[in-house]
Formats: sequence, C-alpha cells, structure tokens
Amino acid sequence: MHLMEVKQLGVQFQTPDGVVSAVNGIGFTLDRGETLGIVGESGSGKSQSVLAIMGLLAANGRATGEVLYNGKDLISMPVADLNRIRGNRVAMIFQDPMTSLNPYLTVERQMTEVLEFHKGMSRREARAKAIQALDAVKMPEAARRIMMYPHEFSGGMRQRVMIAMALLCEPDVLIADEPTTALDVTVQAQILVLMRELQRDFGTAIVMITHDLGVVAGLCDEVMVLYGGQVMEQGSAEAIFYKPSHPYTAGLLAAVPRLEGGDAPMIAIPGAPPNMARLPTGCPFAERCVMALTQCESVRPVLGAAGHDAQVLRACHLSFDDVTQGLQRLKSGQGAVP
Amino acid sequence: MTREESTMGPLLAVKDLRVHFAIRSESPWPWTPKRALKAVDGVSFDLHAGETLGIVGESGCGKSTLARALINLVPITAGSVAWHGEEMRGATAQQWQAKRKAVQMIFQDPLASLDPRMTVSQIIGEPLRTHCPELTPAEHQERVLAMMLRVGLTAQQINRYPHEFSGGQCQRIGIARALILKPQVVICDEPVSALDVSIQAQIINLLKELQAEMGLALIFIAHDLAVVKHISQRVMVMYLGRAMEIAEKHALYDTPRHPYTQALLSAIPVPDPRLERAKTLRLLQGDLPSPVNPPSGCVFCTRCPKATADCGQERPALRQLTEQTQCACILD
Repeated sequence: MHLMEVKQLGVQFQTPDGVVSAVNGIGFTLDRGETLGIVGESGSGKSQSVLAIMGLLAANGRATGEVLYNGKDLISMPVADLNRIRGNRVAMIFQDPMTSLNPYLTVERQMTEVLEFHKGMSRREARAKAIQALDAVKMPEAARRIMMYPHEFSGGMRQRVMIAMALLCEPDVLIADEPTTALDVTVQAQILVLMRELQRDFGTAIVMITHDLGVVAGLCDEVMVLYGGQVMEQGSAEAIFYKPSHPYTAGLLAAVPRLEGGDAPMIAIPGAPPNMARLPTGCPFAERCVMALTQCESVRPVLGAAGHDAQVLRACHLSFDDVTQGLQRLKSGQGAVP
Repeated sequence: MTREESTMGPLLAVKDLRVHFAIRSESPWPWTPKRALKAVDGVSFDLHAGETLGIVGESGCGKSTLARALINLVPITAGSVAWHGEEMRGATAQQWQAKRKAVQMIFQDPLASLDPRMTVSQIIGEPLRTHCPELTPAEHQERVLAMMLRVGLTAQQINRYPHEFSGGQCQRIGIARALILKPQVVICDEPVSALDVSIQAQIINLLKELQAEMGLALIFIAHDLAVVKHISQRVMVMYLGRAMEIAEKHALYDTPRHPYTQALLSAIPVPDPRLERAKTLRLLQGDLPSPVNPPSGCVFCTRCPKATADCGQERPALRQLTEQTQCACILD
C-alpha cells in the first residue's frame, strides 16, 4: 500500500457563471521519503488540487475522486476524523507565511496549540518540543524568539516558523504550496536546503507545488505538469527535464530564462492560459500549441503511458518523436542553442 | 558602448545619489537624533543611448526607489541626476514634465498600473494628450492604433477595459503607453516578475525587438538574474541601497567578483536536475539587515562568507577592477 494515493481527483466550483472545473482527474502515488513536484502556471489548478486533498476548498468548491492516506479516503471522511489527520499526519505550508500565521498570537501559542490538540501534551512539554522544532529549522535563539509575534520575524524566518510548525507532529506527508515564491533567492536557497535536510532526517514525503522549474529540479523525484486543470505529463524528474514528451512541458522548459546559454531570443509560448470557465472541448493547450493537429481542438487526449518510456504518463495526440522533432525545428528556427 | 565612443556624453549620469526617508523617532524626547531609512545611499552610474542597464538585487535593496528617484517620483536627498548633461536635482515641476516626454516607465503590477475606468485607447493615448495636445483626433487615434498593433494587441480591443485582459496583455498595454511618445529611455521596474514563465519570454522578446527598432535605452530592474541576463548589456548589483558591482554582462555572469554577486548567482535554482543537484551552494547566513541601521563598513559584511575584521571598518568605494568590472569590495 502506498502512503498516499490520489485517484481521479477533481475540483468543481459553483460560480454565478456556472460550474468551473478547476481540476480534472489528476492522480499520483506517494511513498515515504519521496518528493513529488506539481508544476504549472497560475490558474492551472495546482493549488486547488492540494487544498482539496487537505479538505480546505472554499465553500463553493467540491472535490470528487479519492485521496487515500494509508488506505483511508480523506475526501469522504467526516471532518472530525479529518482533523485528526491534517496538521498531524499530513501537514501543509503555504506560500505567504505572513497571512497564514495568526498575527494576534505569539509563535509559542500557535505552535503549542498543535501539540496540545494532536498529542495531548501539557503546555510545558509542548513548549519544549516547539523550541526543539525551531532549533531543527535553524532558528537562531529559538528559546527567546518563540515568544515573539509573527510580524517581528523576517519573511525567511516566518517561513521557517511555518515549516517548524508543520513538522511538529512529524507528519508522513508535507504539502508545500509555493513555499519559496515570496522569498528572495538567497533566502529561498536556505529554505530549500533546509527542506532537503529535514526530508533526509525524518523521511517525510513532500508534495511540492511551484511554478519554478529550478526548484523542482533540485528537490523532486517525480514531476507532474498541470495545464488547464489537467495533467499534461507526469514522470520522473529525469524524464521530464531531459526528454520532455509533451509540447507544453517542452515549451515551458524552453521558456525558462537560464543563466547559461547564449543571447538568442527566448522561446516564448504564444497566447495566454485558457479561461477555466470555458475550457475547450479538446486539449486545453491546443490553441497555444505550435504543433497542434486538427483533432487536438476537438478530441481531448487521454492520459496514458508514453511509448518511449513506460514510467512516463502523457496526454497528447502527437507521438514522442513528433514532439522532439517539432521542438528541434522550433529551436533552430529561432536560432537558439538547445 | 564604452565611454570614449560616445561623443554625446551619457544620456543619464547619476552621481552619488542618495534617497533617505525620515522615519518617526520612537523616543518621545525632541533632542534624540532624527533617524532616516537610507533606501539609496550613494549610487553612481551612467547610461548611454541605446544601452540596457540591468539592476538586480533582493527586495529592500533600493532598486525601485532608485528608479523612481531618476524621474523625481520620490525626492532626492543628495547627489546628482543629469539627463542629457542637464542637472535635474532641484528642477521645477515644469522642467521635469518636459523631460518625462523622453523618459517613460513600465511598472511591475500590470493590472494595478492601469486605470480601471479608462479604456485601452484612453490609457495608451493619455501621454499623447499630455505631451502632444496639437495632434488632431484622427492622428491621435492613428498613433494609438499603430502602437497597439506593434505590441501585439488587436484593433478590436481598443475600447475594452483593463480587467478584460490577462496579465501579459495588460503588460503589453503598459508598454504601449510607455512607448507612444517615442522616448529615449524606458525605466522598467520588474516588468515581468508578476507574469508566468511562458508569458515572461513573450514580453522580454517584445521589449528587445522594440528596443532595436526605436533605439531605446532601457533601465531594466528585476530580482531574477537570469531574466536580466537576457536583456542587458551591463548589470548593476545592489545590496542595501548601495551598488556592489557594476559590470559588463558576460564579465558579471562568468566571473562575478563581489562575494554578494557570487552568492546571488549560486542561489538561483537551475532547471536541470543533474546540474542543480551537483552544484556547490554558497549559502548566505541570516537575513537582510535593516536599512535604518545598516552595518558599519561594508553593508554586506554581516552576511559575507569572506568577511574579515577590516570589512567592518570602512565603507568600500566602487573601484574599477578590470575594463569591464567595477566592484565595491576591499578583498579584491
């Protein structure tokens, strides 16, 4: 049995303009110590899918499918049972550490609350454990700083508090929703190193949501690429980065500005992301895809095993060779060095 | 372009520019000394016609304040800003107004920088109404339309409102508004940081094309060193209100001289699993110090992996190390 298994997860929102499907049938498995990266642009449904896993969707949202944690389905579970799992066995850290900490409470109160609720510790035990957790995330002078309020910390330190709080109960799964996006690069590097060390020490499985392919490259074993609420491609980091088999993945990798490489114009993906309220009937990426066939507009490709690599799942009508050749043409046409 | 080649002199010459903001004292006593937040503290550089100068640094390093000070959107505390050799410090509002025809700005948040109650044609045409009131309505409309088409908008969109556009399109509107007066310099303050990767590349390519076409000089501010590399000829690295290193692009990225530049470059995650996992990180310790109480001596010395006791003594000036590189570090 996998630690966590997500099957056909979907998220729908009831809006005044009708039903909006933010996520359509994504699935993955996660084992101890593994890291899954979910990559996508804004509006691709990456945040909504993990909020659905944690039962944190907005009131007008509804999750479908199954999220099995140790064989138990989190979606159909009563809230009281779910509360014993989330924050305890499955924890989450959010993008903006300032808005996800309570500004009225000291860090100590926010952290001890978790332990008192989940572990039934006394305040004194909880405080000792909380200080240990802050030490583990390399917070200097943890014993003194634990009495401070969130606004007294810098952005990087706040994110450390969030991570320490998420790790208090030594969860099996840590879901990180863009944990470093609001941080500067030098601080981001510190936090990423910290997450890697914590994973090594505690064997936590991590679901890392990010739009930064560089972060994924450094941290993730498995990668899922989302676009328009659907999985475009899913596989090992090696396969996704070195042999992208979907035009969107390939385009995204080509569009990332890189430090190495020449002065050739950057390869952009034309157009803009789709309107989720009016998703096309075919492939959501078809209208921006330079390699699109006529059937791409009308027939939605099914996610299935790729021919070139059995470990990779892809949703595209084109073959792997077509995509590779198309990408080569695109790069040579633009005069770019691969 | 080197300094000798330009016969006209630099388009913009900035010398020892300082922008300080007075902050309220926490002490109730009137005799306690007044405190100041030194957002920009002694920055000097030149900008030549047609050139792109990239300015990078982390949040709070003063790069946006610097950009705003260049066109008097924040008052200058000390130092000099000279556009076309004309000193602008202490200039009147009218003098600035005349200058701004040649100096335009593009802002970070594409939607927030457009008036939600104006149509695209009103937004793009507003600079024309201010600076070229002699145009007939037909000429006015023609120039707006031509500009819209040039930045990749369509003629049908001319009467729409900003909320009807995506982030990338809003940034195109912002670019059209900045370029409609055919300026010589455009100051871009994080023009792509709010955009998705696939859209970023579109906007960068558009800016580069327009620059080549119109002979623009760009000041391109960003926190993403990789983006800056794609568009700049020279790059200035700022930290806590000061320039740490100014260098020609290839010199800066291939052989960074300042320890801060080196740390910044090594901290950028590379989108390549093998390279990213193999690289040696030069992690910086701690956080950015407060610009109200900057460290004595070199402002970077509290986080610098190579700092010695001497670094805290004296503030290093920007020195010419090689033909391409100026660096403010006593160790080099």
